[in-house]
Amino acid sequence: MSDARGHALSLREVSKHYGSFAAVERVSLEVGQGEFLTLLGPSGSGKTTILMAVAGFVTPTAGSILLDGADITPLPPEKRNFGMVFQGYALFPHMTVVENVAFPLRVRGLSRADRDAKVRAALDLVQLGQFADRLPKQLSGGQQQRVALARALVFDPNLLLLDEPLSALDKKLRAELQEELKALHRRVGRTFINVTHDQEEALSMSDRIAILNHGKLIQHGAPGALYERPRTRFVADFLGKSNFLDGTVRDSRPGGFALENGASRLAVALPDGEAPPADGTRSLLSLRPEKIDLLPEGQSADNVLEGRVVSWAYLGTGFSLRIATEALGEIRANLPAWRSAFAPTEGLPVRLGWDARAAVPVAEDAP
Amino acid sequence: MTGTGRAGVGWWLLILPAFALLLAFYIAPIVQVLAISVTDPEPGLGNYERIFTSGAVQRVILTTLRICAITTVLALLLGYAIAYAITLASPRARGWWVLAVLVPLWISVLVRAFAWVTLLRRQGLVNNTLMNAGMISEPLPLVWNEFGIIVGMVHYMVPFAVLPMLASMREIDPRLLAAARGLGATRFEVFRRVFLPLSMPGIIAAGVLVFIFSLGFYITPAILGGGKTLMVAEWISLQILDLIRWGLGTMMATMLVVAILVTLAVFSRVVDLRRIFGAGG
Ligand SMILES: Nc1ncnc2c1ncn2[C@@H]1O[C@H](COP(=O)(O)OP(=O)(O)OP(=O)(O)O)[C@@H](O)[C@H]1O
Ligand SMILES: [Mg+2]
Repeated sequence: MSDARGHALSLREVSKHYGSFAAVERVSLEVGQGEFLTLLGPSGSGKTTILMAVAGFVTPTAGSILLDGADITPLPPEKRNFGMVFQGYALFPHMTVVENVAFPLRVRGLSRADRDAKVRAALDLVQLGQFADRLPKQLSGGQQQRVALARALVFDPNLLLLDEPLSALDKKLRAELQEELKALHRRVGRTFINVTHDQEEALSMSDRIAILNHGKLIQHGAPGALYERPRTRFVADFLGKSNFLDGTVRDSRPGGFALENGASRLAVALPDGEAPPADGTRSLLSLRPEKIDLLPEGQSADNVLEGRVVSWAYLGTGFSLRIATEALGEIRANLPAWRSAFAPTEGLPVRLGWDARAAVPVAEDAP
Repeated sequence: MTGTGRAGVGWWLLILPAFALLLAFYIAPIVQVLAISVTDPEPGLGNYERIFTSGAVQRVILTTLRICAITTVLALLLGYAIAYAITLASPRARGWWVLAVLVPLWISVLVRAFAWVTLLRRQGLVNNTLMNAGMISEPLPLVWNEFGIIVGMVHYMVPFAVLPMLASMREIDPRLLAAARGLGATRFEVFRRVFLPLSMPGIIAAGVLVFIFSLGFYITPAILGGGKTLMVAEWISLQILDLIRWGLGTMMATMLVVAILVTLAVFSRVVDLRRIFGAGG
């Protein structure tokens, strides 16, 4: 863990075709020095393929991969000096924890003394010192995961690549290790590229998220930016939950517009600099369930909607309600439970309200 | 306890016929062989004494051990290369490979031994080709000696070496090999530090199997040895059928069984044989 600056990686129009099938299609992406980037997407979206192309196990059919500006596309994996944590960890079953962690140093021909010092440091980093002489099968899933991390970090890799590192763990341990991994990232200061299909994991750990679908990069950016301003229906739906409201654009002006759907008109405010859609075009809005409030009698909001509770679920932190409205069909709303003594019952009439800034126009996905 | 006890009795009843058969046709003859070896021509351990006193007996034992050891090593080397190639082959090619390994098993051992004789004898294909090419002036002694026996035995044993090694290689997770390369190992290092150690159970199983099999080999050494190089099985048959020395023949037969049991016992210390030969999970 000597130089702590990390390296920058760029993907330029990288494609991978298997026959006529495009597993990855023209993906361009910049990963900055020391950044924690997550590739997020549903199963089969090409996340592993991209990671394997970066690692050198998959040769792209087109495009190039650059490390700090130098083309590394033709380099074999063992020459890239990237640490990698595989899905399922891929620990060597015939080696103890120490031998596993020492493996990358051994094949690099380090002397025994150097090796020992580095292995000890790496094991301390992941708090596994006392398990040094166990075999992988004698460790729990979380401990194995940490061995895999130590093994991937011990040789000062240029990049750390993680393929669903936490997917085999139970929910509680996963949350714990998410924090640990993030802390580790801060401590070692290296560039991390993480793959997951768990949106919570992506949101909580990453500096930046790249969202993939059908081998294409759909949108990338900071977690907050992606969550707040999804650009397509797919992103809004995949990263968290969303209501989708469609209608015709009216009253278009800088900073906002109104969406007309039957008798109702919804007010939409846009952030500075975002161009409003033209009058008369169709538009789709994404509205997060937690941005909808239940309005008490007499209180108003930018948008108000009457409806009845169809069903509800108690989540501990709050209620998740499905509400049938005459104007816009079924709407999902999440309410914090502690704020009011709200007791939902089926058929209960409610007034929903939300801010003009809450709804975000999104594009329909290309077919 | 009572439940399992009753079920246990049931199981025993089920295997009783098989057990009786085994006793009548397998264990009883072996016991009889043992009995003859300590009673013929006179009661006592005189036959066993010959192991330490008779040069002929010692020569047979040493020849057998040497041929078996060389056969085992060669069959393992060849078999490992074949099993490795099969493991790395594409699924389609793999089927053809396995077929090619198994086909010889379906051809009579007698036919194969005579095929080697025609290839290796003085006017055989190999000697003729080499002479015509001017590479040798005299035919090489390729058969009716240890060399011929080893060629025939290795040929026979390779499939038995391939199968256990193939089984253990197919159990190796390919991601481990990828992981090793990702961690900086060259292809050779991946083989040496990951693949080879993980295929070791298969190597040991194949080695034990081939060695034990070779110890009692009869037809191939008899035909390719031409009566000049004797291994124990042929020697035993010679003692009993031609020289009517039952005591000596059964003594050697007993030693053969003991050698096999000792080999198994030693390796069951080193490795879990049940796992290697595919029992249990
Ligand atoms: N060797 C291959 N030959 C043919 N198709 C492949 C190959 N490897 C991957 N694919 C296909 O490429 C697509 C992307 O696969 P990839 O493994 O990258 O998905 P993923 O996003 O990692 O999915 P998951 O979340 O399930 O791991 C899939 O449709 C897969 O079937
Ligand atoms: Mg994957």
